[in-house]
Amino acid sequence: MDFAFDLLQTMIKGLLTGMVYSLMALGLTVIFGVMRVVNFAHGEMMVVAMYLTVFAFGVLGIDPVVALIPVAGILFLFGYGLQRIVINRFINVPEHMQFILMLAIAIILVNACLMLAGPDAQGVQLDYSLDSFEIGSLLLDKVRVYAAAGSLLIAFTLFLFFSRTRTGKAIRAAADNYTGALVVGLDVKRLYAITFGIGAACVGAAGVLTVMIVQVQPFLSVEYTLLAFTIVIIGGLGSLRGAIAGGLLIGLSEAVAGFLLDPSLKSVFSFGLLILVLLVRPQGLFGRAP
Amino acid sequence: MRDIAPSIRQRLFGEIPRRGWIGLAVLGIGLLLTPWIEPDFVPLMVLIFYFAYVGQAWNIMMGFAGQLSLGHSLYVGLGAYAAAIFYIKTGIGPWAGLFLAIALATAVGGLIGYLGFRFAITGVYFALLTIAFAEFCRILFDHLQFFGGSGGLYLKVENRQENDLFNLRGSPTMFYYVMLSLVALALALCRWLLSGRLGHYWLAIREDPEAAQAIGINVFRYKMYAVLLSSGMTALGGVFIAFYYNNLYPEQTFSMGRSIELLLGPIIGGIGTLFGPILGSALLVLVGEGMTDVTEAWQLPGLKQILYGMAVLLIVLFLPGGVWPWIARHLGLVKTGDGK
Amino acid sequence: MSAALHIDDVSKSFRGLRAVQNVSFDVPQGAIHAVIGPNGAGKTTLFNLIAGAFKPDKGAIKLGERRLDGLRPDQVCAAGVGRTFQIVKPFKTLTVEQNVTIGALHRTRDVAEARDQARSILEQLGLFEMRTMLASNLTLPDRKRLEVARALATEPSLLLLDEVMAGLRPTETDHMVAFLRQLNARTGVTILLIEHVMRAVMALSQHIVVLHHGEKIAEGGPTEIVRNKAVLDVYLGEATP
Repeated sequence: MDFAFDLLQTMIKGLLTGMVYSLMALGLTVIFGVMRVVNFAHGEMMVVAMYLTVFAFGVLGIDPVVALIPVAGILFLFGYGLQRIVINRFINVPEHMQFILMLAIAIILVNACLMLAGPDAQGVQLDYSLDSFEIGSLLLDKVRVYAAAGSLLIAFTLFLFFSRTRTGKAIRAAADNYTGALVVGLDVKRLYAITFGIGAACVGAAGVLTVMIVQVQPFLSVEYTLLAFTIVIIGGLGSLRGAIAGGLLIGLSEAVAGFLLDPSLKSVFSFGLLILVLLVRPQGLFGRAP
Repeated sequence: MRDIAPSIRQRLFGEIPRRGWIGLAVLGIGLLLTPWIEPDFVPLMVLIFYFAYVGQAWNIMMGFAGQLSLGHSLYVGLGAYAAAIFYIKTGIGPWAGLFLAIALATAVGGLIGYLGFRFAITGVYFALLTIAFAEFCRILFDHLQFFGGSGGLYLKVENRQENDLFNLRGSPTMFYYVMLSLVALALALCRWLLSGRLGHYWLAIREDPEAAQAIGINVFRYKMYAVLLSSGMTALGGVFIAFYYNNLYPEQTFSMGRSIELLLGPIIGGIGTLFGPILGSALLVLVGEGMTDVTEAWQLPGLKQILYGMAVLLIVLFLPGGVWPWIARHLGLVKTGDGK
Repeated sequence: MSAALHIDDVSKSFRGLRAVQNVSFDVPQGAIHAVIGPNGAGKTTLFNLIAGAFKPDKGAIKLGERRLDGLRPDQVCAAGVGRTFQIVKPFKTLTVEQNVTIGALHRTRDVAEARDQARSILEQLGLFEMRTMLASNLTLPDRKRLEVARALATEPSLLLLDEVMAGLRPTETDHMVAFLRQLNARTGVTILLIEHVMRAVMALSQHIVVLHHGEKIAEGGPTEIVRNKAVLDVYLGEATP
């Protein structure tokens, strides 16, 4: 009976973590879904957000939950600027050049973090870091619950943005039909920049929420980039629902794999799933068939 | 019976443009250089040759068959571990072990290629597939005690004074010549291939696979050739690197960082060109070394990589064809309208 | 080299859209036939079916005695079919000569021999002076000629030309027509062309097949076809009742 209980506990923990993963993946899928740009610097942007949060907390004394909006805002501006100034030139260029560009940006970002913050792991020690909610006999870490709740809220806001607001709908139009959007007078360049900004803001928010749970190190970025891609491919590149589903699925599978086998083997499962999806259904669970 | 020798000679040396002679001259200098250069430079040169060699191998898959591999450290690792384990368990030297290494890497490369091409996985999906396989192996080797696990695999370092070419135990100078020969052989091989039907078909596939098919090219088969050759060649580099450094750790050997390192040379030098990877690797290692001195003085870790990143950024933005074609054009080494 | 083409009750649908429906016709060995019809009639789909880019849902395609349906595009080329694309696909970063040489490599392994072959074809098509130019630097009419040259280098017995005259000026069209006539006379290669440029269709083809909404609505000699009521209705719109 203990085993089943521990498993349940692990699974819930996995789902909570998965929700934050989903937010991270949302950023990536939005960028790809709209602009067909593969953001290899995704994990790096997340790590930057994590470091900003650590800085805000350690030096300025700002709680991560409060820092969420400003940090996401900074990432938004960064994404917007990056798209406008650099990436814009690469929309119609061979794919591999695009990746290499993003790779270069990733290398610069992560090593800037290394240079400024050093290689040691750093984190955010909150007053409530060790507290938990008690639901029956289940113990849920407060930080995980807050992080998951925050992610859910942001994801919901994103849904609303794309379905209710003018800009959101305009972005979807541009994603569906680039030329058509131009013809009806949409400023596609600006929309693309906004989209990239939103994607960056999402991953930034995910970073803020994640650093409440884990410590940050510069080269964590590679893991996160891979994770984001795994989730997005499994869920379907360009699908918001897919990002959520994929994130929860991976969060769950990682937790269960770590529980049943060895924690260090958790990614093996995810990669296996990735390879399977690529072979059997490359468009993912919710993606459009290529 | 076709007379092979004249045609080989023709394809290797026929119509050598000016740049070819310059290349040969550089090679000659390289061969004679060691007595004169300081001992400190020899390990540096070994590193340049290594990156030039694996860069060339990677280039075959990317530049000629148009498939982006971001997990090439997989083949380095497989080659390195295969030969190292073989040597440790049987005492048989790397010249036999390398067959095992190449066989293993080619099998895995073939698998990845097959999965990619049969199932029409291209572009970003293919790149991610390559990353997934490399990461998978990293974690796998980390857990397999047979290969030393995460603690690492060590080759006994003996006789650094005597040069035992048979077992690849020796001074950096010995490795200097070994790696230089590898680079030279790789260059000759690529030149030979490019001037033949295989190379032409690769270029066609890289340009436009659909049009290539319409003129009778079996795209799947030729892409497979590229992947098999690329993975096998890379594994060979792995074998030598194992015996040079004498230690292997899955965390490092199969890491994405290593995969990225080895593709920076060809990108900066020029994808799809013969001399691009060599020039690019030389630039990177030399600039990198210069940077290391600076960063050590200033205590700024990561600065070197930032500069690498910026260099790639600048190249991608302003010289997407790479440094080598630009230099070649400006030195008049190529006719305009051409591009190799 | 020449062969006859047999299209036998071929159909192809894409997710409910019937692109080609029960189309049958023959092109005798050495003939020049044309396929015409309004946009969306299924002409390029038909070419793609012949060339192996798609498999027909139903029906058979034969070149001489050999079944083509179900073969890969490179196998179809090996069987003797050369094709051009509606939107030209040159190997952009390669030279004109390299483009055609690669085509010629289909018939010989030796690059030098292929290059000689290529040069002779380039000369016939008036592209010899441009042989060292990059394909990306060519004008559209020249790119179309390059596409034809490259297909010819594979020594086809059937040549599928997809709108090679589109975008050409009248004099250029006449040159291309003359070239194709001479080619057909000299080598006997069977030619099937998709064309909108009626000038070329009338000048070249011995027989015309008309497609509309994926179906064959008429077939016959040029003079018959231009007077055929069904064809006129399709192109000009039906007369108001």
